[in-house]
Amino acid sequence: MLIAVLWTVMGRSLLKATIGLALTSAVVTILMFRLNSPLAAVFELSVCTGLITVVFVSTISLTKPLTNKEIVELSKERNKRFGYLPILLIVISIALTFIRIRNNIIIPPVTTPELDVRRVMWDMRQLDMLGQIIVVIIGALGVVILFEERRRDEW
Amino acid sequence: MLSLLILVPLIGIVILNLSARAPARRLAFWFALLIFISQILLAACRHPVLWNVEMKQIDTFFKVSLSMDQISFIMLLCIGIVSIASLLVARHTIYDEKELFKFVNLLIITSIGMNGIVLVKDIFTLYIFLEITALASFVLIALEKDRNAIEGSFKYLILSAIATIMLLTSIALLFMVSGSTSFEAIRQALNLANNNIILFAIGLFVCGLAIKGGLVPFHAWVPDAYSSAPAAVSVLLGGIVTKTVGIYTLIRLLIAVFGFDPSLKTILLALGALSIVFGALAAIGQNDMKRMLAYSSISQVGYIILGFGCGTFLGIAGAIFHIFNHSIFKSLLFVNSAAVETRLGTTDMNKMGGLSSKMPITGTTSVIGMLSAAGVPPLAGFWSKLMIIVALWQSGSKTYSFIAIMASVITLAYLLIMQRKVFFGKLSIENENIDEARIGISTASIMLAVIIIGSGVFFPLVFNKFIAPIQELIIR
Repeated sequence: MLIAVLWTVMGRSLLKATIGLALTSAVVTILMFRLNSPLAAVFELSVCTGLITVVFVSTISLTKPLTNKEIVELSKERNKRFGYLPILLIVISIALTFIRIRNNIIIPPVTTPELDVRRVMWDMRQLDMLGQIIVVIIGALGVVILFEERRRDEW
Repeated sequence: MLSLLILVPLIGIVILNLSARAPARRLAFWFALLIFISQILLAACRHPVLWNVEMKQIDTFFKVSLSMDQISFIMLLCIGIVSIASLLVARHTIYDEKELFKFVNLLIITSIGMNGIVLVKDIFTLYIFLEITALASFVLIALEKDRNAIEGSFKYLILSAIATIMLLTSIALLFMVSGSTSFEAIRQALNLANNNIILFAIGLFVCGLAIKGGLVPFHAWVPDAYSSAPAAVSVLLGGIVTKTVGIYTLIRLLIAVFGFDPSLKTILLALGALSIVFGALAAIGQNDMKRMLAYSSISQVGYIILGFGCGTFLGIAGAIFHIFNHSIFKSLLFVNSAAVETRLGTTDMNKMGGLSSKMPITGTTSVIGMLSAAGVPPLAGFWSKLMIIVALWQSGSKTYSFIAIMASVITLAYLLIMQRKVFFGKLSIENENIDEARIGISTASIMLAVIIIGSGVFFPLVFNKFIAPIQELIIR
């Protein structure tokens, strides 16, 4: 999750940052399942990994793309501003691991059959999963339609 | 059976897109036409044998909980009719075969989203289908990728995102209170508890839906989105999308989940009156035909909210009947605007005039749409407005009743202005050689005009078959 967060913040392009955000949400989903909150996990998966990503991609596709020169300049500025982040994340990871080992914190295994991932997603929230498939189809169509070259004379 | 309304179009899209060849692209139009016609026939028929058929193979694999009632039938009918009108307009306004194929895909997905909204019994699933419809609409508005379309789509997207935040926050609070997202569980939890968190959640949800529905003061995106979208998309947006995602959803949740609070009724009446007056006054000053129709939509949606805000059977029935009527006459007016735009290349009414002599079908059907919108008897719009006004009077909201009547006069005024500028008066020299709209657009116009006349003339039959059964839902 921390790697995905880093990629989101430090990414050179908005699209890559959006994918990083989706990955972060996917990992949070897995964590929620492991913490015995399957409904919250399904909602996180539906909204943040699916819907929000498609909304971001659609919005980005409506904006004017940067030139290569602008991308390089922005990257340099971003690296200067957030250069400390990887080191900070490594320090926090080591600290959390140390705390976890010292206090013997473990994530409990999923013991209740009703809370099994497959059961929740397929039996309880099947229509939501179908909705997710439709959202992905819209996202794909949106990318195909909106990322085609715009009429230059309109700009 | 209900799940087929979502599964069949979805499977069709997947199969058609697996082959990128021209035959598959040409087939997409006929596939879409077939599914919408089937939907209309099934919704109009309403035979329990058809709707209660158990499809064991599908139900074993695809366990979803959908439900259908009288209001759903009316909405499915509206969705089918307006989708066909939009499809027929697209056939003659989107000339590139690949672009038409993309439009048909998005149209089918939008209809899947709206069907899902109408059929679900869970608030989170409702949210997902709201977003499916909204996302497909963003892409549809920006389909032609010109500057105005992208700006209109962007505004819709941003305001819709704000609505999404409100809806999600509300769902989270309701989930916290009830422990579930099903309508029934939330309704029971709300009956037991009554605190500020619940009121806040309901308020947020209503605000979110008001943005989606384009109610004043959340209407900012409507004129730009409607006027800058391609003609076929304007028919869809103005005809059914905002009615389904905003207004129908609000009605459904208030009837089935939140219940009618007296303070909520007051707010709905105020919002309705504001929308009616603002929309009507703003429409008067417009020179762009589509923009005028967009403001007219805002005003007509206000009637629906006003009727619903009464809380009585007559008011709610009038509101739902007005959803149906507005879908039909507004779609007709947008189809007429598409016809004019394809022939003249503009929607600026100052460049029009005298078109009824060259476009008699468009001109005649436009008059029918205009008279229904203004509430002139015996057309359908008259009956729904009458029901709303009588309901307001009977429930003691005489001031709102008066506002609704006066706004009808203003509606007639701006629509007459539109008719005079576009279809009557002197035909300019540049427009001497124009022809009637193409067969598909004319067919859509005639179809919608016949429905308006039929629903008005045979109102007692329509009332007994479609409107009166709504009473059972309200008593529950």
